Amino acid sequence: MPEGIKNKVAIIGMGCTKFGELWDKSPEDLMVDAFKEAIEDAGIEKKDIQAAWQGNQFTEVNIGHSALPLATTLKLPYIPVTRVENLCASGTEAIRAACYAVASGACDIALALGVEKVKDIGFGGLPRNNEDLMVLGTRGRVIFPNWVNPNPGMFAMMAIRYFDRYGLSIEEGKEALAKISVKSHHNGTLNPRAHLRREITVEDVLNAPMIAVPLGLFDSCGVSDGAAAAIVVRADMAKSFRPDPVYVKALQVAADSGESLLYTDYDYTHVETTNRAAIKAYQEAGVKNPREEISMMEVHDCFSITEMVTYEDLMISPRGKAKEDIDAGFFELDGKIPCQPDGGLKCFGHPIGASGLRMIYEMYKQLQGKAEKRQIKNPKLGLTHNLGGQPPLSVCSVCILGL
Amino acid sequence: MAEIGISDYSIYIPRYRLSRKTVSAAMGWLGPMALPGEKAVANHDEDSLTMAVAAGTDCLNGTGRAEIDGLYFASTTFPYRERQSAAIIATALDLSPNIRTADFADSLKAGTGAVLSAFDSVKAGGVRNILVCGSDYRLARPGSPQEMVFGDGAAAFLLGSSGVIASLEGSYSASYDFPDYRRSEDDKFVRTAEDRFIREEGYGRFIPEIISGLLKKYKLEAKDVTKVAYPCLNLRQHATIAKRLGLQPEQVQEPLFAAIGEAGVASPLMLLAAMLDEAKPGDKILIVSYGNGAEALLLKVTGEIEKIKNRGRLKKQLAYKRELTSYEKYLAFRDMIPVEVGVGGEVAPTQLPLTWRERKVILALYGSKCQHCGTPQYPPQRVCVNPACGAIDEMEEYRFSDKRGVLFSYTADYVASSIDPPLLFGMVDFDGGGRFVFELTDCDRDMLKVGMPVKMSFRRKYTDEPRGIHGYFWKAIPVVD
Repeated sequence: MPEGIKNKVAIIGMGCTKFGELWDKSPEDLMVDAFKEAIEDAGIEKKDIQAAWQGNQFTEVNIGHSALPLATTLKLPYIPVTRVENLCASGTEAIRAACYAVASGACDIALALGVEKVKDIGFGGLPRNNEDLMVLGTRGRVIFPNWVNPNPGMFAMMAIRYFDRYGLSIEEGKEALAKISVKSHHNGTLNPRAHLRREITVEDVLNAPMIAVPLGLFDSCGVSDGAAAAIVVRADMAKSFRPDPVYVKALQVAADSGESLLYTDYDYTHVETTNRAAIKAYQEAGVKNPREEISMMEVHDCFSITEMVTYEDLMISPRGKAKEDIDAGFFELDGKIPCQPDGGLKCFGHPIGASGLRMIYEMYKQLQGKAEKRQIKNPKLGLTHNLGGQPPLSVCSVCILGL
Repeated sequence: MAEIGISDYSIYIPRYRLSRKTVSAAMGWLGPMALPGEKAVANHDEDSLTMAVAAGTDCLNGTGRAEIDGLYFASTTFPYRERQSAAIIATALDLSPNIRTADFADSLKAGTGAVLSAFDSVKAGGVRNILVCGSDYRLARPGSPQEMVFGDGAAAFLLGSSGVIASLEGSYSASYDFPDYRRSEDDKFVRTAEDRFIREEGYGRFIPEIISGLLKKYKLEAKDVTKVAYPCLNLRQHATIAKRLGLQPEQVQEPLFAAIGEAGVASPLMLLAAMLDEAKPGDKILIVSYGNGAEALLLKVTGEIEKIKNRGRLKKQLAYKRELTSYEKYLAFRDMIPVEVGVGGEVAPTQLPLTWRERKVILALYGSKCQHCGTPQYPPQRVCVNPACGAIDEMEEYRFSDKRGVLFSYTADYVASSIDPPLLFGMVDFDGGGRFVFELTDCDRDMLKVGMPVKMSFRRKYTDEPRGIHGYFWKAIPVVD
């Protein structure tokens, strides 16, 4: 195991726009809004930034290819700017690149910015993947079911397997999942920047229109526009900017090897990449017992079932026992490990490339005690989990942050 | 010289049935007479080519692909005006590229023409077996009398000189430029002459003429033939023709009119399959096709017929059906009304070099099998996906299209753009190894269960309309037999 980047990099400033159907905002508006908040929060000027990374997935929707959209929108002064893309994990990939650059000594102050302007596509759901569907490359379009957007169905199939394996009827399974969404909706009402801000009941979830059997509308996250940004610096410089920087304890990514999709050993009741990235992240951060040591988390709840299996993949809940923790309120705002304190993808919204940085934004604010109505008491370690792709074909990033 | 004739056969009937009552309830106000029974209609992802592949796949059951030296495809409804359907079917069936392929077109008797040509090819020597597929899904204008009549279906025959179950004893043909049906280059619907003219001067004249002609040519009488089958425009006329020829009711094959309808080129071939389903060694059977004249083939059933595994398929296929209760859905399936499938349903440009390079992967569902650890994988990999193996470039080709499997998981996607929502798809674990995600078709949401047995079916996956390209691929269907 390599030494890792624990405590080598600190976040000194962050920004995050309101997420939602921002019909009157351009991607440039979103980038400027997130950036402005981040540099003001860090107390730096634009000229201090030595390198930048832009995370976004859908170049098709008016952002465009390359990192020039970020460089030209912010008028960055001829520094290295790079676009990174790893599906829904693109935001975390942007900050990972920035952290590695700082940790390596290549630069001292770097910017990571994630942005997505999904709602310009003119229809519900995500933009079409066009010719380059997912990681199957060009032939994916010809051979994969629903090449336009297979995601809801691909996650739904995990719920079918999970229920089948653990002996839950569709009704029992759906009810456990419903509680996850009810919790996130409650948290969302406490967050002025969240996309969806209303309480819902278990009945609302169960009676909602079907999206992909067995998942309904309230099992699915919002599709939103938004941007989030972070300024990272060398850890030893951090306190010269602010008294309460947040340190990166671990940042790990795991990409699928093709096994889960093509090899019959995969059980489809978990996400292998989450588990692999989590094991490495805990090692890097020195976390021995995550259920006891992690104070709070923001996980990739694109669908309620994703959040449920993530509890287990992160080794917070034992395999097959997530339902017990859900029923016990373990993940609620006043529970042992609050999950999705800002509302999660479910309610804060999911502008793909911004989501990873949005999760980190919430952990950053919580660790600084600035999370207002949703402040968690004395958090020590916050975990973010950002998943791209689909359960059998995914890229997962896990980040652990602390003071 | 060895006998030459049919050595195997199969029939394919699409799962949906449209009751003629449903048609008359929707379009009766325009005046078409309500006929009894129902007609078989292709699913939205089927066409004449996919139905031919279904029939061909079944027909090849047991015969080595390497023994097939030709594929003839007969239809009047080809997906392309220029791009040979037989070559697409041959690729889907994974036949050798070094075979004869030909499309037989433009007349309802193209199917018997293809069978005769295959017979002649084998007889001439140089080819061992030829697979003949006949398939049609003709469109009649909504509200027309033909809409009540036309059905969809396919049949396939293997012509060769070994294991012959029915030897071809003779044939008789008549070709006339009879102006009953026509379609020009741009016609979507069949245009027809007056009903009575077609019935009396067409069917009523050519069918008796061709049967009498054949009997005379071979010095036979009506009573010498065990069973006769000929197409049917309506049941009363069908009976009248039998009476005129002196055929007893038990000598006449039930024309499948009430169960399937008039399936164009496929009709006489499906009737031949129906006769073979019931035939006994020594039977003399006569099959007649109608179209720009008519054509009759006389076959003699051999003892080999009792070895055929596929017999009785007609009954099974007739039994596995689902009524299409919505006439509007029928119109939408056949692209007769423009429906809103949303911007998400728009198709990006098809990459033709890709479809050419990957033709075996796409059309014949080829994956690879690791020679080191034996793991089958789809799509084909160069680096073995088995984590305990990982061998590089130790693969051999492996065909999944004829492998069965079970549904490992499934979903019904209500937000996917589909002409028949919800879009059903699932993860299939193949018997013998290998796993992939496939669309599911010819089944209903409530039938889906973890562990359900499935098999693969060649379908139209998408239509790239602006570029006139039909995207074919394989979907999973429930195993019903």
